[in-house]
Amino acid sequence: MTGILAIVFGAIFINNFVLSRFLGICPFLGVSKKVETSVGMGMAVTFVMGMASLVTWLLNEYILVFYGLEYLRTIVFILVIASLVQFVELVIRKVSPVLYQALGIFLPLITTNCAVLGVAILNIQLTYTLFESVVFGVAAAIGFTLALVIMAGIRERLEMVFIPRNFRGVSIALITAGILSIAFMGFQGMM
Amino acid sequence: MIIPAVVSLGGLGLVFGGMLAFASQKFAVEIDPKIEMVQEILVGANCGACGYAGCAQFAEEVVAGRAPLNGCTPGGAKVAAKIADLFGAESPEAEARHVAQLTCVGDCNTAKSKHTYDGVKDCKAALMFGGGPTACEYGCIGLGNCVTVCPVDAITMGKNGLPIIDTNACISCGKCKNECPRHVIELVNAKGVHHVRCKSQDKGKQVRGVCDRGCIACKLCVKNCPVDAIHMEGNVAVIDSYICTNCGTCVEVCPQKTIV
Repeated sequence: MTGILAIVFGAIFINNFVLSRFLGICPFLGVSKKVETSVGMGMAVTFVMGMASLVTWLLNEYILVFYGLEYLRTIVFILVIASLVQFVELVIRKVSPVLYQALGIFLPLITTNCAVLGVAILNIQLTYTLFESVVFGVAAAIGFTLALVIMAGIRERLEMVFIPRNFRGVSIALITAGILSIAFMGFQGMM
Repeated sequence: MIIPAVVSLGGLGLVFGGMLAFASQKFAVEIDPKIEMVQEILVGANCGACGYAGCAQFAEEVVAGRAPLNGCTPGGAKVAAKIADLFGAESPEAEARHVAQLTCVGDCNTAKSKHTYDGVKDCKAALMFGGGPTACEYGCIGLGNCVTVCPVDAITMGKNGLPIIDTNACISCGKCKNECPRHVIELVNAKGVHHVRCKSQDKGKQVRGVCDRGCIACKLCVKNCPVDAIHMEGNVAVIDSYICTNCGTCVEVCPQKTIV
């Protein structure tokens, strides 16, 4: 049980995917202008990362390792994640239009998100069990969502204040991300 | 070495491809082709004047029969006729064209200011600080929220501190009207030429104290109008542009030059 807690806490705070592993930077800067959209994106990522952890772990264990094809891991995982996301999008669109309205527009964005591939590969590298993998995937996505929402909150406030001309736009966003990252490094000593 | 790699990856690709092909048929969502056709007719500014989230949603609602055929204000009669054509319906009468208009003439020369505001260039922010920088409680603040919000760039800020609205470019979406914290922008009948450009409900003496051109409610325009198009709403005169013949008598008699 403590092992699971450590995985959850570690994935959310200590090794936050965005702020200390630097995975998923693209949506972190792209979809962090409004809190509302960042929450939607976070939910979509959580969903996909949980699913991807499950499927890639099974695939790795029962196909790649079984036939000695570990060197194909990256390309197989990309293939799996991309088709999985597409499949999920199709199903959601038919089954739940409401959920599709909320998550649908973000799903195509995540197909090639490095955070999703990252979690799949880390699961194998850290030799997690199936259950641990799924927990790690979901926790990592929650960490991603947390970073995204914090960033969106800050950027919403930044819109209201005076920023010197040279720092406007991407510059101030990158500086903010850097400071946020330093803040999260404070968690490093906790474990 | 090569063969198992090719076979397994190819096999996986085939499985996933088959799965997606199956899913795309099994879970296909039918979309009415009319929605796309309506969307192509629309202006595409996504201004929201119709009351829906954007052109795509308006198109959906029109096809479903929940939105009126002439609901697209920027498109006007032309778009309404085209959409009606698509459905084989008779084209509905388009409403008279409305354009945004500033109802304040208190620029930086004629209206007095209470204090100098040096904060964020935002009318709403300025209003929070001591009730706004203008001495008149009804006047334009002139920091240009309307300029920013206009989707077609029809509003520019003039040198005198009042926004200038290009009525030809205006698509009457009403965004500026909703944005303005002092409510000095109104949608008016495009055919009307003369309007009372003041919203001050203060008494004449107070108005004179803060602005050289505000309406002092002297009622000269009401008395002199040949067609009775002008009436008083509280302490400010209002011209009914549907009755007004654009004769210009009120412009001549107005002592404050409020009517333009």
